Amino acid sequence: MTEPAGGPADRVAGRGRDDSGEVLARVVREHAGRLAAGLISLLGDFSAAEDLVQDAIETALRRWPVEGIPDRPDAWLFTVARRRGLDVLRRESNYRAKLAQLRWPEPAQTDDRLRLIFTCCHPALAPAAQIALTLRVVCGLSTQQIAAAFVVPEATVAQRITRAKKKITEAGIPYRVPAADELPTRLQAVLAVIYLLFNEGYLSSTAERAQARDLVDDAEWLAALLAGLMPGEPEVVGLLALIRLHRARGPARFDAHEELVLLADQDRSLWDRTAIDEAGALLVRTARAHRRPGPYQLQAAIAACHAEAASFEATDWAQILVLYDMLLHLAPSPVTRLHRAIALGYTQGPEAALAELDDLQEVLARYPLLHATRAELLRGLGRAEQARACDERALALTANPAQQRLLRQRLAWT
Amino acid sequence: MKYVLMFVETEQFAKELEAMGELEQRAAYEAVGRWFADHADKITHHTHLAPVHTATTVRLQGGGEPVVTDGPFVEGKEVISGFAEVEVADLDEALKLARSWPACPIVEIRPVS
Repeated sequence: MTEPAGGPADRVAGRGRDDSGEVLARVVREHAGRLAAGLISLLGDFSAAEDLVQDAIETALRRWPVEGIPDRPDAWLFTVARRRGLDVLRRESNYRAKLAQLRWPEPAQTDDRLRLIFTCCHPALAPAAQIALTLRVVCGLSTQQIAAAFVVPEATVAQRITRAKKKITEAGIPYRVPAADELPTRLQAVLAVIYLLFNEGYLSSTAERAQARDLVDDAEWLAALLAGLMPGEPEVVGLLALIRLHRARGPARFDAHEELVLLADQDRSLWDRTAIDEAGALLVRTARAHRRPGPYQLQAAIAACHAEAASFEATDWAQILVLYDMLLHLAPSPVTRLHRAIALGYTQGPEAALAELDDLQEVLARYPLLHATRAELLRGLGRAEQARACDERALALTANPAQQRLLRQRLAWT
Repeated sequence: MKYVLMFVETEQFAKELEAMGELEQRAAYEAVGRWFADHADKITHHTHLAPVHTATTVRLQGGGEPVVTDGPFVEGKEVISGFAEVEVADLDEALKLARSWPACPIVEIRPVS
């Protein structure tokens, strides 16, 4: 099993990054989730607790850069939240009595945070609200940060969060970890939220890169937290390994001019080999211990095949094809078929891959990677004109500036 | 918390029910009876509504004369066929009940305020 999730601040320090702003954000995020979880279970009121947390975070972000990060950030935040709560709720004797009795449990029960995640990702909430609420309550992001990361108006995010909190209270969504028999379905929602965060950050269809990296950080942190809290769930570990494998290859994804570099052209010496080995070993251990393969473990296994290849030419495409077949069996999707077709291209040649893509033309008509892949395969067959047309189609469909530049370069060369 | 589970029938479901043999139909009704019996301790009240062709809708328009029309308030292929009021701990328990509902394919859950 994975080591329990080290606090994000530890991770930052551990990787030798020296960015006090980032450390500050990390410390806040780490403790926001714990504080929210603690206050909700003490107060029994999701909305009231969450408002207190946001107040405390805002105070911290104002004062810490000036005064320095306190020795016990969690206790500091708790004191501010409690004081603020007493101020705000002076009128409500009920809360006042409760707040006056509050003691900050140390250490906060990890179980509380698990409850928090499951409440934020309750299927009775709309998916967009699940994401916004998780980022806000578990990771402590502000409405403004969430809005920037997903490129939606701040008012929209605020409204989603307000509506979701209202529904939690009024519809009676419980603050608890689902029972064992509910877990498989409910865990899916939680994993989907973390996966979406990761994808949004990694592929960043629209977001600025700095914010996108934050989302990937948050996704990894949440996955590690969940893996520490639910060691018996191999899919959680699968998702964590998947995120870590992609991150390990991150430094080679962009060149000095912030241009996207394709897998085949990446400088593999920039990959974090230690992280790749660790994630790979974690994945294998989990798979052996549980023998319950699932979509996240399989995706991670595919990522591991790529990451462990010494060169692009050395990629074990046959193994990747097998993994895609298993993945398609467990979780059929046109995008997975597209990726399998790419592997097929390397094992059986471009014609076989093109035939597969023909079937996907309609469902993935608006998916840029379909057209970019077609272009590659057609170019391999010397059909340059058709390839150009496909690249142009892909270019028209992507909003990601790095992808756009890459496609433009390709169009300029050929 | 108190919730109302609203059972929503679809045209497809009605057709399937009609197409069933007598034995199958009886089994389907028995399943519903069993569901009510199994959860009797949580169900405070329940009613089956008369078929949708008996529905009449009154639209009270601000100021003007109310308009009375034949049929349910939503023109659609999905109609509420009955409801049950239940007393449970929270939404998850209400969801659990709704998940075990053996008849029509849609159940809307609303807290009773």
